[in-house]
Amino acid sequence: MRTPTSRIRNFSIIAHIDHGKSTLADRLLERTGAVTERDMKEQLLDTMDLERERGITIKAQAVRLDYRASDELDYVLNLIDTPGHVDFSYEVSRSLAACEGAVLLVDASQGVQAQTLANAYLAIEAGLEIVPVLNKIDLPAAEPEARAAELAGILGCEPDDVIKVSAKTGAGVGELLERLVTDIPAPVGKADDPLRALVFDSYFDAYRGVVCSVRVMDGSLAQGDTAWFLATRNRHDVAEIGVLKPVATPVSELGPGESGYLITGVKEIDQIRVGDTITHPNHTDVEPLPGYDEPKPMVFSGLFPTDGDDFERLREALEKLRLNDASLSWEPESSKALGFGFRVGFLGLLHMEIVRERLEREYDLDLVATAPSVAYRVTLSDGTEIEVKSPQDLPDSADRINLSEPFVRAMIITPAEFTGPVMELMQKRRGELDGMHYLTPERVELTYHVPLAEIVFDFFDILKSRTRGYASFDYDPDGYREADLVRVDILLAGSPVDAFSTITHRDNAYRYGRSMAEKLRELIPRQMFEVAIQAAIGSRIIARETVRAVRKDVTAKCYGGDITRKKKLLARQKEGKKRMKMVGTVEVPQDAFVAALRVDADD
Amino acid sequence: MRTTEAPDSPAVFDRAADRKSAYVHIPFCARVCPYCDFAVVGDRTDEMDRYVQAVVGEIGRDEPLAPLDAVFVGGGTPSLLPVGALARILAALAERHGIVDDPEITMEANPEDWTVSRGAGYLEEGLTRVSFGVQSTDPRVLLALGRRHGPREVGVAVASARRAGVPSVSVDLIFGHPVETEASWRRTLDEVVELEPDHVSTYALTVERGTPLSRWVAEGSPAPDPDVQAARWEQAVEILGRAGYIRYEVSNHARPGHHCRYNLGAWAGAEYAAYGLGAHGHRDGIRFRNVRSLDAYLDRIEAGESPRQGSEEVRGWEAEVERLFTGIRVAAGVNGGRAVEAFLDSEDGRRLAGLGVIGLVEGRLVVRQPLFTDAVARDVLGLLEMSS
Ligand SMILES: Nc1nc2c(ncn2[C@@H]2O[C@H](COP(=O)(O)OP(=O)(O)OP(=O)(O)O)[C@@H](O)[C@H]2O)c(=O)[nH]1
Ligand SMILES: C[S@@+](CC[C@H](N)C(=O)[O-])C[C@H]1O[C@@H](n2cnc3c(N)ncnc32)[C@H](O)[C@@H]1O
Ligand SMILES: [Mg+2]
Repeated sequence: MRTPTSRIRNFSIIAHIDHGKSTLADRLLERTGAVTERDMKEQLLDTMDLERERGITIKAQAVRLDYRASDELDYVLNLIDTPGHVDFSYEVSRSLAACEGAVLLVDASQGVQAQTLANAYLAIEAGLEIVPVLNKIDLPAAEPEARAAELAGILGCEPDDVIKVSAKTGAGVGELLERLVTDIPAPVGKADDPLRALVFDSYFDAYRGVVCSVRVMDGSLAQGDTAWFLATRNRHDVAEIGVLKPVATPVSELGPGESGYLITGVKEIDQIRVGDTITHPNHTDVEPLPGYDEPKPMVFSGLFPTDGDDFERLREALEKLRLNDASLSWEPESSKALGFGFRVGFLGLLHMEIVRERLEREYDLDLVATAPSVAYRVTLSDGTEIEVKSPQDLPDSADRINLSEPFVRAMIITPAEFTGPVMELMQKRRGELDGMHYLTPERVELTYHVPLAEIVFDFFDILKSRTRGYASFDYDPDGYREADLVRVDILLAGSPVDAFSTITHRDNAYRYGRSMAEKLRELIPRQMFEVAIQAAIGSRIIARETVRAVRKDVTAKCYGGDITRKKKLLARQKEGKKRMKMVGTVEVPQDAFVAALRVDADD
Repeated sequence: MRTTEAPDSPAVFDRAADRKSAYVHIPFCARVCPYCDFAVVGDRTDEMDRYVQAVVGEIGRDEPLAPLDAVFVGGGTPSLLPVGALARILAALAERHGIVDDPEITMEANPEDWTVSRGAGYLEEGLTRVSFGVQSTDPRVLLALGRRHGPREVGVAVASARRAGVPSVSVDLIFGHPVETEASWRRTLDEVVELEPDHVSTYALTVERGTPLSRWVAEGSPAPDPDVQAARWEQAVEILGRAGYIRYEVSNHARPGHHCRYNLGAWAGAEYAAYGLGAHGHRDGIRFRNVRSLDAYLDRIEAGESPRQGSEEVRGWEAEVERLFTGIRVAAGVNGGRAVEAFLDSEDGRRLAGLGVIGLVEGRLVVRQPLFTDAVARDVLGLLEMSS
């Protein structure tokens, strides 16, 4: 039995990080009986190990709820829980494309934060109905009235329209369910129109091949149909369609307005693209759905297999992971120090960390990552323009006319009392104040033009510490500007190590070089010979440190003849050394390659 | 026949590979030293007779090997053995395996135990070599090591062993204790040279897990400094070298003709039988060990059971790699073979050669910087990942 569109509501829960989206989803699952009390656990939709370990949502997750409303009618609610961290806002925009409404959740103790605004704009641009909700009203620090006024002010609604809930106690959740039904428009698709379904996510299952998340806009997709993928121009038979309740439950048909999963059995990854439109083979001329913009990577880092033989496995792993993370992009890169690998683009540092961990865990790889860099634009002497994503590719100053760096427009929301410290920090970061705007008498939104490289690495931690954790921030690309940049190279035992080079503003170069050399001295273990560490700009050495040589690496005895024990001991030590990378004759621990991230260029 | 060949000569080492020997462990000590993690028993010397009986029983039940070139009675403190016990053990070994003419029969001894009459007795029973646990002649170091003898006992013991006519006298030294100084180590070496032993072992103090020493270090007492130990090792090689002792292994120095045949065999990958608790042996491609506790050992032997606690096969490629693994400790170096070739050809081997840590001398792989022997050994183990 197909659900009539009038009884379907599709919505995402969007919010600033940690405002309680996944916990609210728990309550909705519970109230609608999707999960029994026995199977309930906190943030049930955070299914990845990494999500549970870090307590944050990384992947948007869809689930279908059956709800009998107070009008005694049965409704289908398709909920998508989204991540709140700025690096994953691409997940949010993809989710919104499958919905007619969005629950905009705000922590009643913290109020509107930077990603609250960013996500609200995304929903408005996508033309969705916004249901404003204040969460955590059970907290003693909650200020529901003030926060409701703040939120209403931003959305242009009445404070009374803001629903107040506690995802912890469940208070207000009943009212929210009713409002989902009354406020969110039903989908408009017609059953007898030609099929158009949006692929809004996918992943690779080792047994079943590519599994797609689809939202049917028009027409319907049934078991046994043949699906035609418009962009990749492929046909595949439908092996299984179903809905997540949250347990995968096969259905015979997905009608207009419905969301679910689709398995065709295809194992060739390149045949499926997130954002593609599915139709039937007799309607290959339908208008494709808008799809998604390719997200623009913000930072780039080299990923190299520790074992050079794993290069191909790394490529395959990246391809498979892209099914589940459409924002990934990469190109091959070779480094004298690290061999063959890939320069991978990421949406931010957390994204970079997560991708690396997923590659290592889900694909059993051991990787070395190099310090992330932003992408610079260079005009060469002959007038051609190139993009430099890796410091090692920066042409000599003699060979270029112009070097410019990416800027962003950064939005910082902070309690007014911290305006001074924030402005001071932004000045140090070469920021240029663009605007200042009071959200409430106590809270200010500051906007800045600032180089991306200044805010994408350690900035957020420092911002937090200067505002006792109260500030939040978000940013959007804002073009390129010329800047006085230099490349700082690091030499080990006299030879430059490409993977350690960094591009930095000339004013910071000395401090950076010194502190990088010191950091490496701490990280590189003593070897059989003295290791000189130098930082240089061109041929000029700006800092020098040395790692003294080990003098003795031998045990006095063969353990009274216990050769087996000694062998095991040394074998274990050797195993430990495998986590090192040989750079020339120097053994360098893997985490030294991201040491630059921990270099404190501020003080 | 005692030869006068240099202890570091390739011929001596290569010959050792084919000789058979036996190790006999005597675990008893009057007091256990705080740095020691050998299989030792501190306060049960009254069980000595029962123990010797058990060892003789274990030998009697063993499969014959071949006439023994060397017997090493180690400890613990074998110098606690009553007169007659050594003879019983040697007789059992002779009966089971045979013993070559002019064998090396070594016993470890604590200086304070050694009396002229006791020495004469052991000599009578067949002893040809004694290894004294001298450790130091600096009273401060001896105290810190928890030894029961002083500098005086050292002189008396070594001199009386000499006078009694023990053919080969060796002295064990421990260096690098934090209370030792460069001057005190020099004095110890000078004083030992003065006593004219035939052989000197110099061991860097090692903090072994589970010992009182390691607990003290964990609680904040200073640990030996490896950089200082490296300097002291060089000091020893120099002073002993000038006095005519040739370093033939990382920690061992001897006058020509006085290398330890038993130890050279072990480093060369030779076979040796092993008896007593905690003893380790190597026979027929198998490395094995006995149970470490006195009660378990006695119970098993007296019940007619095997005292073996574990064993592993080391054959083929693994045996070749192991021969290189142990052989690189020896100054003579390891003669060619598949493992040597593979190592020299490996990435690790080439890097070490490039750094001058290893080299090929007349077809032998030699560690040119003995203080890096473990670094080389670790890389040698990398050969195990190759099929052959
Ligand atoms: N007191 C209280 N705590 C809440 C409430 N809702 C959520 N929390 C807590 O807030 C923290 C964050 O909750 P999550 O549900 O993981 O937040 P989220 O918005 O999904 O976070 P991201 O997915 O990482 O953006 C958890 O410790 C929750 O237990 C609430 O109503 N009251
Ligand atoms: C089995 S012990 C000899 C036992 C004998 N009872 C004695 O202490 O003289 C052999 C030698 O190993 C050395 N040794 C034992 N433990 C050591 C340690 N932790 N570090 C360095 N050398 C050690 C000592 O030089 C000792 O003489
Ligand atoms: Mg979440």
